[in-house]
Amino acid sequence: MTVLSEYLSALNAAGIETTETGSLTPASVWRIPAIAWERAAELAKIRGWRWSAGWGEDLGERLQINALLEREGRYLLLRAEVPAENPVLPSQALHYPAADRSERHTRDLLGIDFEGGDGRRWTRHHAWNETEHPLRKDFPVGGEPPETTPPDHDYPFVAAQGAGVYEIPVGPVHAGIIEPGHFRFQAVGETILNLEERLGYVHKGIEKIAEGRDAEGLARLAGRVSGDTTVGHAWAACLAMERACGVEAPERATFLRAILAERERIANHLGDLGAICNDVAFAFAHYQFGRLREDWLRTQRALFGHRLLMDRIVPGGVNVDLDKAATDRLDAELNRLGRELDTLIDICDRNTTLGDRLYTTGRLTVKTAAAFGCLGYVGRCAGQGFDARRDAPYPPYDQLTVKGVVEEAGDVASRFWVRYKEICVSLRLLRVLLGRLPESDIRTELPPPPAGAEGLGIVEGWRGEIVTYVRFGDDGRIDRFFPRDPSWLNWPALERIVLENIVPDFPVCNKSVNGSYSGVDL
Amino acid sequence: MLRQYLKMLKTGIKTEPVRKIVRDPDVERLGAEVKRRVDRDFAGSLAIREVDAGSCNGCELEIHALNNVYYDVERFGVHFVASPRHADVLLVTGPVSRNMEAALIRTYEATPDPKWVIACGDCAVCGGEFGISYVSCGAVENVIPVDVKIPGCPPSPAVLLAGILEALGKVRKKK
Repeated sequence: MTVLSEYLSALNAAGIETTETGSLTPASVWRIPAIAWERAAELAKIRGWRWSAGWGEDLGERLQINALLEREGRYLLLRAEVPAENPVLPSQALHYPAADRSERHTRDLLGIDFEGGDGRRWTRHHAWNETEHPLRKDFPVGGEPPETTPPDHDYPFVAAQGAGVYEIPVGPVHAGIIEPGHFRFQAVGETILNLEERLGYVHKGIEKIAEGRDAEGLARLAGRVSGDTTVGHAWAACLAMERACGVEAPERATFLRAILAERERIANHLGDLGAICNDVAFAFAHYQFGRLREDWLRTQRALFGHRLLMDRIVPGGVNVDLDKAATDRLDAELNRLGRELDTLIDICDRNTTLGDRLYTTGRLTVKTAAAFGCLGYVGRCAGQGFDARRDAPYPPYDQLTVKGVVEEAGDVASRFWVRYKEICVSLRLLRVLLGRLPESDIRTELPPPPAGAEGLGIVEGWRGEIVTYVRFGDDGRIDRFFPRDPSWLNWPALERIVLENIVPDFPVCNKSVNGSYSGVDL
Repeated sequence: MLRQYLKMLKTGIKTEPVRKIVRDPDVERLGAEVKRRVDRDFAGSLAIREVDAGSCNGCELEIHALNNVYYDVERFGVHFVASPRHADVLLVTGPVSRNMEAALIRTYEATPDPKWVIACGDCAVCGGEFGISYVSCGAVENVIPVDVKIPGCPPSPAVLLAGILEALGKVRKKK
């Protein structure tokens, strides 16, 4: 029995009426009654399905809620509808804590009430009223904001009480060169008792301003969901649009996309390895990794025309190609980086002061990581091995072998080592990709999509699985765009990771997770 | 430890002009000019407070790069500080999200006079890909006064350095 039919019979046994409404590659789509929304989550949770993404849509008189689940590389999209007038359905967050922020975001932007969930607002600060919902079609894109938007001063943080307990508010403007967010610590002495994150400060209306764009415009916007994941998000969005239009990118384009994606993974990991070392004052490694990253970015500038690879992936393919001289240069660079890393990592490994700060710091347990459905290196440091490249492969990874990296220690050191091992895996993949680069066009024309055509793009970004949903409206214009960055599932883990650590270790815990603010605030 | 020293010796000093990617043909000259003005007008030390007011984080990556061993802006007397109260310059990125509007204004007010504001990146300069919407104020100058604009998505470290030099050119006027 497949995992899907097993779950289906469980739903039937529970008296939940399920209508299969075809597929949305790579997911099967099932429509269920809104009233059974929570029960369906409970049954999925028991069977080991991972909650992956959730979003809502305004369909006029009705609102549609989506929840994407994954098990053993099979995806299932649950859908329910509620009336736009009184949109209420039970929350899935009771069974899937990962669904919490997503549901709160959906409520703020669409006005859907998730009963039994956390009632506090999330994305809405004070730029629009509680009774207004920006993703409703009748909400003007300009809104009616106040003269100056007041700060978010009355958010009800959880309060800890007791002798010697004090609170440390941090942000939204942080002390470093970093995105804005607010962190509220409760501590006794130096020990953190509780941490609560308050994000949403860089919410810039990505989902709303995507409406009405053409495919090219959407790819550009997707490339700016999170600046460090420009390749990952652009690829996911283009894949979703291509599937909606029923075309596939040429084979050479898929190889070039993978080269860009693996390079992005390596660039970010190099930066983070250095930054983790910097946060525990091991400046030597910071400079060395920073140097390697800079060399890497300069090659990208020289061969792809952009240091961070923005706007290189376009609907239907890519807009950069590599000739023989370029692939040779890239190949030589791989060997050089491999040699450099060998000596550098050896130095890090033997450095006792570095080890002293990283080992056992910021532990994420396997249980917590599984409960939150953590992704990428955050999940992999604590037993969550899911990798879309291997477990739900898309071209060109369906022709390649991707080695899995999993550890179980869950501490900062573990996230450090997982990153290093992921670089090694990417270096091997890049060698294969460059060596087997097929001859074909690098771009195909996107045929005009029929109104209502929808697509799902799931790719393995450097932070983990990225899920992007796209639906076209009239004239090939975008009607709905929802990009789910892996940070949605990794941010909540940070609140657990820091517990019982000392406040001064927060920066290194935070850096080892490196969640995207822009990618979740949208 | 010995390996560490060997690696240091073998790597050598990597600070060098980056002629290939810079708009200005001579970054060293650019840096020297920055240093001369910082020495003259800021007693050798220009303090920058970076404020992300809604960016995608792309600009932050390149601002970070300004501190790597190749550019190493500190050698020109430019350094990034943790508080606006220590800052001469605010380097602001992103279209200003309305959720950050008040925080940006407060940061500006907390910066002692005389102060200079640099809008960094296309979004900060003109709203970029995001523009003005129900939750975005667009360009930084829609919220606080701006002295210098550095376009680019994101601007490269060398372009950033040129932008800082441009800001220094406006110093005498204001002081």
